[in-house]
This record gives sequence, structure tokens and C-alpha cells, in this order.
Amino acid sequence: MAKIHVTTTINGDPTEFLCDPADSMLDALRGPLGLTGAKEGCGTGDCGACSITVDGRLVCSCLMLAAEAEGHEIATIEGMAEGEKLHPLQQKFLELAALQCGICTPGVLVAAKSLLERNPDPSETEVRYWLAGNLCRCTGYDKIVRAVMETAAEMREAAR
Amino acid sequence: MNDQTNKWIGKRTIRPDGVDKVTGRACYAADNSMPGMIWAKVLRSPHPHAKIRGIDTSKAEALPGVKAVATAKDFVEFPIDTAVPLGIQDMRWMARNMLAHERALFHGHPVAAVAATTAEIAAEACKLIEVDYEVLPWAVEIDDAIAPDATPLFDHIQFEGKPSNIAGKLEHKKGDIEAGFAEADVIIERSFTTRPVHQGYIEPHACTVSVAADGKTTVWSSSQGQFMVRAMTAYLTGIPQSDIRAIPAEIGGGFGGKTIVYLEPVAAILSRKSGRPVKMVMTREEVMRATGPTSGAKMTVKIGAKKDGTIVAGQGTFYLQAGAFPGSPIRGAAGCSFTPYAIPNVLSTGYDVVCNRSKVAAYRAPGAPIGAYGVECVLDEVAQAIGMDPLEMRLKNIAHDGTKAVHGPVFQSIGFAQTIEAALKSDHYKTKLTGKFQGRGVANGWWFNAGGESSAQVNITEDGNVVVTTGHPDIGGSRASIANITAELLGIDYDRVSVLIGDTATIGFSNLTGGSRVLFASAMVVTESTEKVIEQLKQRAAKIWGIDASAVVWENGEARPSGEHTGNFPTMTLAELGAKANETGGPIGAGSQQNTTGAEGGFATHICDVEVDVDLGTVTILRYTCVQDVGKAIHPAYVEGQMQGGVAQGIGWALNEEYIYDKQGRVDNPSFLDYRMPVCSDLPMLDTIMVEVPNPKHPQGVRGVGEAPLVPGPAAVCNAVSNALGIRFHDLPLSPPRIVAAIDANMKQAAE
Ligand code: FES
Ligand code: FES
Repeated sequence: MAKIHVTTTINGDPTEFLCDPADSMLDALRGPLGLTGAKEGCGTGDCGACSITVDGRLVCSCLMLAAEAEGHEIATIEGMAEGEKLHPLQQKFLELAALQCGICTPGVLVAAKSLLERNPDPSETEVRYWLAGNLCRCTGYDKIVRAVMETAAEMREAAR
Repeated sequence: MNDQTNKWIGKRTIRPDGVDKVTGRACYAADNSMPGMIWAKVLRSPHPHAKIRGIDTSKAEALPGVKAVATAKDFVEFPIDTAVPLGIQDMRWMARNMLAHERALFHGHPVAAVAATTAEIAAEACKLIEVDYEVLPWAVEIDDAIAPDATPLFDHIQFEGKPSNIAGKLEHKKGDIEAGFAEADVIIERSFTTRPVHQGYIEPHACTVSVAADGKTTVWSSSQGQFMVRAMTAYLTGIPQSDIRAIPAEIGGGFGGKTIVYLEPVAAILSRKSGRPVKMVMTREEVMRATGPTSGAKMTVKIGAKKDGTIVAGQGTFYLQAGAFPGSPIRGAAGCSFTPYAIPNVLSTGYDVVCNRSKVAAYRAPGAPIGAYGVECVLDEVAQAIGMDPLEMRLKNIAHDGTKAVHGPVFQSIGFAQTIEAALKSDHYKTKLTGKFQGRGVANGWWFNAGGESSAQVNITEDGNVVVTTGHPDIGGSRASIANITAELLGIDYDRVSVLIGDTATIGFSNLTGGSRVLFASAMVVTESTEKVIEQLKQRAAKIWGIDASAVVWENGEARPSGEHTGNFPTMTLAELGAKANETGGPIGAGSQQNTTGAEGGFATHICDVEVDVDLGTVTILRYTCVQDVGKAIHPAYVEGQMQGGVAQGIGWALNEEYIYDKQGRVDNPSFLDYRMPVCSDLPMLDTIMVEVPNPKHPQGVRGVGEAPLVPGPAAVCNAVSNALGIRFHDLPLSPPRIVAAIDANMKQAAE
């Protein structure tokens, strides 16, 4: 089957790629684009390990067709740090040991960043429901939720 | 070493592999690729039980793009009636689990595999393989598998002289069980069931394998042991271990489920046949259908106690599902459940039952949570019957140093009583519940913990820093703990220590990441290696100063002359000695390889508060505290993480997780949507209390911490729900339909 040519922006960089019509965005990222930070835990939209944002909206990239990236702005975990400077969430996750095996971590971080962009002062319940689509089997979520809330507090402080 | 003088041990340092993991750079199994790589897919049995009369792969081989096809015939042959032990596994079963031989034994059992230029072509080719099956009657449940008319899965397995699906029996005995019950004032006997649950690691199994024309083989995969991967690949392909380099990728969760392999030997066969590197990645559905959950079980537990709460007799009979091949964790169920208590008369029996489900794999303290579920629920009823606080009654009967465990050993240095005392004193336990349909449950749990083989190498770099290599995949932060220990021993900054996981060609044999053994064992070999390095550093300084090495001390990362030479020479730092290494005798570094012993068991007490919605049957966890004897917490944050993760898995096991089979013997819920693991909004914060009773047989006092925190979970949750409703539950999971049905039945009974 003929490949589809897609022109898009990934982590701020203009990007072109070819994909099969049936390829998911996750397939494209992990395959031709070589961005393996997003993980495939299920391929059915149930684990959130493949989380990315499309025009700022949080999406499971396994549920999005690669061809749908045409003309949109994609952000992945690889674009979260600015050069050597980690995003405050990334730093806090390290400090609080909010990851064990780390396979869920890229998806959790992308989702958490997206939450804080919408709601800089989330309650614990809001954090828990926002992250309910990101499965983590290692941590029991305790340190993840704490890391997100502490980061939010620090970012609010810094923005004052 | 005590806490005041420790600079790094006990500190919440940032893990060495952390930045890679928060930036998406860490390379997990499925992230790897090789030039010229092709893709393989597996054909799986559509029947839960069938004889395989023949396999015709010719049409698949003829499909353009197909490079190789593999069936069981390509494996080294292991006769079905001769054991081939490898660790706790048996290679004749592993071979048959990876590719069905005489029979397909469960729906989803791999029958053949195809490698092709794309994954799509490989999948297409699988459909062209013609398998001649003779469909047989099947059984997925224990009762069906041990029924007199059940079809045995194996012709050669017998129990009590007859062909049977009971593949093994284990018995632990202490005292005189009949005499014990005769002394009891209260006897409670109950029967329970638990369902198989999956480890639920988020990373599906994956590997890339390259076999070169000369047989040199590189395996890139994520597992709980690169040496296990090497051995299993060697056994099944006939390639010598020395020709196989198994490289551990970062591992995305295992919990025991990656202590065996499913793909690597198959990929190696396909790579050898095709001459191309072969990549295999399971889908989540394949993981759920064909990789090991832990056993489902049925059990009967009987406990007798005096009015004052002294337990005089305990009896347990545990039937555990092994799945398609023998080897369920009856040792954990029968061996751990009564172990926390000093009970004079115990009879604990386990039966290993094969049935037409996927073969079980280890899951965090394999078998122990199952046995603990029955025992700790009955203990709760005993306490209720004699009107005693359930924790006080457990404390009254707890094992102490010197108690002989029912499975044999005598405890030497345990913190069981301290753990329960900490639970009794906790704010959680002292806070009373007030709401309607709220309840509290407690439970204890114990796990063996393991030692075993480990290797380490500690090298000083030319710029005076340190590289530590060990042989255990790091599944939850062990590299950070090893860096803490090395920095402490050398008296240098944590940042100057790099910790790497070696592959099978670069580090000595190291057994699995399992049995809560990684930090226990690797700390021992890293300590010995570092001590050797310190000796070398002292010798080098002595040489430079022209004094005897015994007159040099190592302190705060520096060599210092002592005794009569005190103050005669300026101290020398690790950096200075590293820079002068070549003039003073060559590279500085040392290794250690040991079969470590002295692992002491792990013990945990859990307190769980729940609230039940009696209309919906849903259970909300209000508060949860995990108290555990952790020996010495080298990196407290990752110890807490183990405790919290274990608690979450126990809650899932208790409340929601189960395999649902359809009428054709197929798993009906092979996805994360329908196999319901706890999500973030299901749980509260999970409190931890670390009790530190150092293990005297370990240089840093470490005892394993990874598995014990799962053990009490299902019982603690169940006891809490029982307490909330005043209805005893005996079957897991406590899913909403089951709770609503119990409430309805109770109301009906009350009305009658
Ligand atoms: S891989 Fe996309 S949600 Fe699981
Ligand atoms: S850290 Fe392992 S799944 Fe979240």
C-alpha cells in the first residue's frame, strides 16, 4: 500500500515522515522518527504509557493515526526538558523517587505537565483523576501524586 | 555503622539511571533495533487442549517476505519424562511452554513462529500455517482438573498411582496436629479461593536477537536475569553459553514474571535460520493470554486457640494452579503462611495442580499471599471469637529469635514483634473509625528472602572516580542503593560513583533479580570488592611514601599515614592515587563473586481501612499503612516505594483483579481495560513505617524488602471489608457483584 507523506511539527521542529495508512502515531514516533520515549504498554488506550500532546491536548498516541499529525504540533517526552535543564516535574520525580522501573514515567510526566498547564493548583483528587489513565504497577502512585503536587506548589511560587 | 556517621547510606540520593528515565532516553527492550533487523510473530493455539498431530509450514514459508519459520522441532529435544532442572525451572517444561510439542495445553499456547521483513507479513504468514489438532477435553479450574473424569494433561504424571493432574505435593509438619486441636478452646475452619492474577508489568516482553554465521549470538532483552536468558537460550538452541552475549535492557517491571523467558530462544532459532537479527514484541493481549500469572488457589485453613489467645494448632491445605506445566508456588503458600507464628502443632500441605491455562510465573513472594490470605482471615475470626484485638492476638503468638519455623530453620534475628508493636503504636491504629460501613482489617505476611550468586567489579578510573558493575537488572532503584554503599565505604561523594549493569560477557555470573535478593547479595559483593580496592589504595600510598601498608589508614576518601608516621606525609586523595596508578603498580580495581548466604526473611504488618458502598458494592480504601521490618534502609525512598507498590498490588488482588474465562476456555479479559488493576484514582496515599532490625549476617544489615509487602495485602483488605459489613468473605476478588450478592444474601437470611 502506498505510504502517506506527513508534514508536522514535533517538539518544535518541522518534521516530515512517511507512514502506512494504518500506522498509529505511536508507531511513527517509535519507528521512522526514532523517538522511543513514548512506550507501548497496551496499544489500546488503557495505560497511558504512549501519552503525547497534540496542539497542547493530551492524547494516547496509540489511538491516533500517524497521518492525523498532518499540520499539527506534537510534543513528546523528548521535548520536555529544555536542553540540559530538566522540567520541574522531571526534577521532582527524581528527587522524590516517583519512578521505579520507569516505563510509565514518560507518559506520566507528559500527562502531569498537561494537567499543570490547565490547572496550576490541583487538589490531590484532581491529580489522581487526571492521572487515572496512566497505569503504574510499581509505585502505588503515592510518590507520583506527591511529586506532581509539590511541583505545582513550587511552580506557583516561582511564578509569583 | 550507625546513622549518625553515615553520609550516604540511608540518604535519598538521585538514582544514577534517573535522568535517562525522566527524559525518555532509557532504552527498554522494545526500544532497541539493529541494522537488517526483521520481525517475528507467533502462531498460538486456538484450543485450550489439543494433541498436535502435525504442522505444515510450507505455505507460510512460500509467502514473499518470510525469512524463517520455527516450530518445536527446531529446539534441542528434551524428553517429557526426564527432568532438566535450571534454577527453579525445568527446561523440558520451558521448552514446551515456548513452543508446544506434543500438545497445545492452553488457548494462546505458542505453536509456531515466523520471521519476515515486516511484522504484518509475519502475522499474515502465521495464518498460513496448517496445524492438525486433535481437540481434547479441557479444564481451567482446579475442581475440574482434579475431578476423577478429568483428562490428564500429561500421560506420565501420576498421583497416588493413577494418572492425574496433581503434579506434586509438599508437606510441612511440626508437633502433633490432632493433639494440638484437642487442647483448643476455639477452633475455626474455613475454605477459601483466590483467582490467578497477573504481575501486570507495563512493559510487554520483547527482545532482539542476532545470531551471526559463526554462531556468535547477541540477545538484547528485558528480563529479571541476563544469565537466565543466556542459559535458557543456550539450552534450547544448543549454542554454547560462551557464544551468547545477553545484554540486559532497562526493564519495565517484572515482579517475578520476567524470571523466565518466552521469546529469546525462539528469536534465536529464527535469527539462525534467516541470518538476520530478529525482533519480537508481545502485544498486551499476548501477555495476558500466554505469560504467567500467579496461581489461583483453593484452600482450607483450620486454627485452634486457647481462650487467652494462644494458638495451639494450625492446619492448611492449599491447592494451587500451576497452569499448563507443573511448578506452582506451593512452597510459598504452604511454607510461609504459618511461619510468622510460634505455633507448636502445624500441618501445612500444598498440591500442585496442572490445568489448561498459561503456565504460572513467579509473582512477588510467589504463593505467600495466597497462603497468608487463608491463614490471616481465619486468625481474624479466631480473635473475634475470643474477643481479643486482632493485632494483640497476633503479637501474643509471634515468632521470636530462636523460634523454629514450620519449614525447618530456626529464626536468628527477626523483627516480627517490633513490627507489630510499631503497628499497634501507629497513629493509624490508634485512630478509630466512625463511619457507617467502614471497617478495619489487619494482616501479617512473611517471605523467605534469598541470597545466592552475585558478582561485582569495582574499578577506579584514571581521574579518580569509581565505576561499579553488577550483574542484576535494576528493577526499582538498586543502582542508587549500590552507589550509596560504595560512596559510603570509599568516603567519597555519591556523584563520583557510576553503577552499571553488566551483560553476560562483561560481569561474572549473577543469579536472578528475584527473591528480594538483589540489594542483599549485590551489596555483599560490592562491599567485598570495595574493601579490596581500599586495600590496594592503601598499598599504593604506602609505596609512594615508602612505608608499610599496614601503617596507612583510609578515611574520608583519603589515605593517611598512621602510627609512627602520623603527620609525616600529606594525605592522598582517591583522585591523586588514581592519577598515579600506573606508576604505583597499574590499574586499581577488584571484583568479587560469591554464593551469598545469610538472607533473613521479610516480615510485614498491614492496616487497612475501607468504606463499602452497599448499593454499588464498591470498596474505597480510606487509609492504608504498611509496617515492615526492612533490616536497614540503604535508600529509604526506594524501600518505601517497594512497600507502596506491594500494597497497591495487594489491593488490586483483593478487590478487582481476576482472569475471566469464556465457555471455550479462552481468557475473556486480556486487556488493561477489562483486567482491572488499581489506577491512581482508586488509591489513597499509602503510608509506610520502616522498622529497622538490621540483619547481623549482612555488612550493611540489609534484608530483602521487595516481596514481603505484597503478602498481607489481600487478607488485610478482606478483613477490613468483612469488618465493615459484618459479613465474612472467603473468595477473592471482592468485586462489586460479589459484595452486592453477599449483602443481599445476608439481608435475606436476616429476614427469614
Ligand atoms: S500504549 Fe497507548 S494507552 Fe497503552
Ligand atoms: S515505575 Fe514501573 S510502571 Fe510506573
